[in-house]
Amino acid sequence: MNQPVIDLRAATAALGARPVLRGVDLTVHGGEVVALLGANGSGKSTAVRSVIGQVPLTGGTLSLFGTEFRRFRDWARIGYVPQRTTAAGGVPATVREVVTSGRLARTKLGILRKADRAAVHHALELVGMADRAKDSVNALSGGQHQRVLIARALAGEPELLIMDEPMAGVDLASQEVLAAALREQVARGTTVLLVLHELGPLEPLIDRAVVLRDGCVVHDGPPPEAVGQHALPGHDHVHPHADAAAEPLRTGLLS
Amino acid sequence: MEILTYAFMQRALIAALIVGITAPAIGIYLVQRRQALMGDGIGHVALTGVGLGFLLNTSPVWVATAVAVAGSVVMELIRWYGKTRGDLALAMLFYGGMAGGVMLMNLSDAGSNANLGTYLFGSITTVSPQDMTTIYVLAALVLAITIGLRRQLFAVCQDEEFARVTGLPVRLLNLLVAVTAAVTVTVAMRVVGLLLVSALMVIPVAAAQQISRSFAVTFAVAVAIGVVVTLTGTATSYYVDVPSGATIVLFAIALFVAFTALAAPLAKKRAKAAAGPGDGCTLEVPGGRTPADDVSVAG
Repeated sequence: MNQPVIDLRAATAALGARPVLRGVDLTVHGGEVVALLGANGSGKSTAVRSVIGQVPLTGGTLSLFGTEFRRFRDWARIGYVPQRTTAAGGVPATVREVVTSGRLARTKLGILRKADRAAVHHALELVGMADRAKDSVNALSGGQHQRVLIARALAGEPELLIMDEPMAGVDLASQEVLAAALREQVARGTTVLLVLHELGPLEPLIDRAVVLRDGCVVHDGPPPEAVGQHALPGHDHVHPHADAAAEPLRTGLLS
Repeated sequence: MEILTYAFMQRALIAALIVGITAPAIGIYLVQRRQALMGDGIGHVALTGVGLGFLLNTSPVWVATAVAVAGSVVMELIRWYGKTRGDLALAMLFYGGMAGGVMLMNLSDAGSNANLGTYLFGSITTVSPQDMTTIYVLAALVLAITIGLRRQLFAVCQDEEFARVTGLPVRLLNLLVAVTAAVTVTVAMRVVGLLLVSALMVIPVAAAQQISRSFAVTFAVAVAIGVVVTLTGTATSYYVDVPSGATIVLFAIALFVAFTALAAPLAKKRAKAAAGPGDGCTLEVPGGRTPADDVSVAG
C-alpha cells in the first residue's frame, strides 16, 4: 500500500480541561472513503478538526500526505467543509463569491484565471447550484447552504475532502444531490474523510467506518449494518440526543 | 461654487472625499466578520494617542495613528487568546483609552477642552496642508489593502476556520484588517471625529446591503454612499454652519432609512422573479410513502 493520506496515531486532545480524544488511531489511504461515526460528544468532530490542525494535539503524531503536520504546507490538496448551518457572513455575498473563496489555495495572489472560473463553475454544477450562482446566500434553504459549503471545498479541486457533518439539517432531496456529487468525486479518486451522524444516502459510497466513543476508537472496519427502524428507507432521524450519556451507542447505526 | 475658492474648504472637501472612500472600504470587512463596533473601540484608544501627542508637543495625528495601531493589535491578541472574558478585556481597553486621552490632554499645556472637542467630533475646516500629506499617504495604504487583498480578506472575514484550512495566513490578514481599521480611524479623525468615525465605517455598509445581493456590489455602493454623505455633509456644514461630523453621520442614517424603505418592494419583486410561474403550493395525494421515500442510492 502507498503512503497514507492521513496518518493519525495515538492522538490525544482536550477542549479546555476535558480530554476529548484519548489515544485515537486513524489512517486513511488514497482513494478511500472513511466515515467517522459516534454519538454526540464522542470526539468525532474534534478528531477531524485535529486532522486539519484546528484543534492542537496534546499527544500523538499526525502526518498528511506523508508529511509531518508541522511541516505540511500543501493546503491546496485539502478541501474542508466545516460544520455550519449557514454559509452567510455579516455582509451579503453571492453563491459564486462564497464558492470562489474556496479557490484561493490554488490562485496566486488571489487573481482569478480562466481555469479558476471554470473550476468554480464546475463545483457549482456538481452540487446543482449553478443556476443560483448570482443569488445571495442569505436567500438559500438549509440544504442549499450545505451544498454551497461543499461546492466551496470542491472549487479547489482537492485530493482529500474532509467534511464535518455535511448532512446535518439537510433535506432528503439535497442529501441525494450531495451523495451524487460525492460519488463523482470518489470516482475521480478523491479521498474522503467525513463525520456523519448516520450513514443515510452515503452508505453505498463508504469503504470503512470508524466509530468513536468517549474519545476512543471502538470500531474500525466495514460500515455497520443499520437495523430496526433505522434501516427503513427514508428513515427520518428525529429522536432527541439530549442525553448522550444515557444512550452511548445510539449512533443510529449500532442501536 | 464659491465654496471651492477657499483653500481650507478645498482641503476639507478632499479630506472628506478620502474618508468617504476609505471608511466604508475597511468597514465592510468589520461588518462581515460581525465586529461592527471595532472602529468605535479603536477611536476610543486613539484618543490616548492624541493626548500623548499634545503632551509630547508632536503631531497628534501621527501619535494617534501609532497608539491606535498598537491598540488594534492588542484587540486582535485579545480575540485570539481571551476566550470567555474577551469582551471585558476589550471594554477595559476602550474606556482606558478614553480616560487616558482626556487625562493626558489635561496635563499638556496646548491641549484644552476646545481642542479635545475637535478630535472627538471632528473639525474638518482646520485640516492643515501638513495634515493632507499624512491623509494621502495613509489613505493610499488603506485602499491598497482593502482592494488589493479583497479576495483574501473576504475569505477570512466570511469563514475564518475555512480560510485557515485554505492555507491563508489568517492571523496576519486579521492583523492587517485591525491595523488598517486603526489607520482609517486616524485618517477620519479630523473629518468626523473619533466618536463618530465608526458610523462612517458601518452605516454606508448597512445601507448598501439593503439593496445588494453580492459582496462586490455592497462594497461599491457603500463607498458611493460614503462619498456622497461626506461631500454633502461638508458642503452643508459650510453653508449652514453646523458641525461637519454630525451632519455627515445624520445624512448617512437618512440614506440608510431611505434604502431600507426602497428595499422592501425590491425584495418582493426579486422573490417573485425567483419563484417563477407555477411554483405555488399543490396538495399531494396522501399515501403510505412520500415520493422522497422511493429514492434509492444504489450505485
